Amino acid sequence: MSKRFLYVNRKAPYGTIYALESLEVVLIGAAFEQDVSLAFLDDGVFQLTRGQQTDELGVKNFSPTYKALGDYDVNKIYVERESLEARGLSLDDLLPLTYEDEDDDWAEKDSIKLVSAAELAEIMQAQDVVLSF
Amino acid sequence: MLHTVNKSPLDRNTLESCIQHALKGSAVLLIEDGVYGAMQGTQKSPMVESAMKAVSFYVIGPDLKARGIDASRVIDGIDIIDYSGFVDLVAKYDKTQSWL
Repeated sequence: MSKRFLYVNRKAPYGTIYALESLEVVLIGAAFEQDVSLAFLDDGVFQLTRGQQTDELGVKNFSPTYKALGDYDVNKIYVERESLEARGLSLDDLLPLTYEDEDDDWAEKDSIKLVSAAELAEIMQAQDVVLSF
Repeated sequence: MLHTVNKSPLDRNTLESCIQHALKGSAVLLIEDGVYGAMQGTQKSPMVESAMKAVSFYVIGPDLKARGIDASRVIDGIDIIDYSGFVDLVAKYDKTQSWL
């Protein structure tokens, strides 16, 4: 029986290893056909910003990998509105993440859902397993 | 004195504490996740803009680029520098304090 898994992302990318580790665990976990959701709040919203270029740092730019999540049936990506606003960001600053909906003639749909902190609290409560990064 | 800050001001109070202890005429260099402190329009921008009256602010360009922060979103008056600029700052000031 599949369980509901939520991955909670609260750290900026590159400064620590949390963001990359979370992404790798999500991709590994996706192979087990569970009901997976991702939440991005606090500095975690910085993981999804467009235009990341890491060549001068000599580290891998892993932000394009988020675009592959839709192909792994990971298409419930919750971004907290309050966290974006506190950082002067809007949805337009984030990567366009989409998936093809097999129940709707493979129509391309947005994976990112902007939610309030209160809504995210309910989403957290509804999970079987919450993994925090 | 040159102060370096490598933590996001939206995650830790490192930058706030640094600013409270930076004397007039000193410099603050934002590196690694500290570069989020150089962004306009965040909850912490007013704190930095106010501190800039007494303290010079610098930010590492490659760290901004890695995080997708365009130069146009950096607070006016913060100098964007590269690694040789980092070396120049360390040489210019008598001491360096790293706020971790």
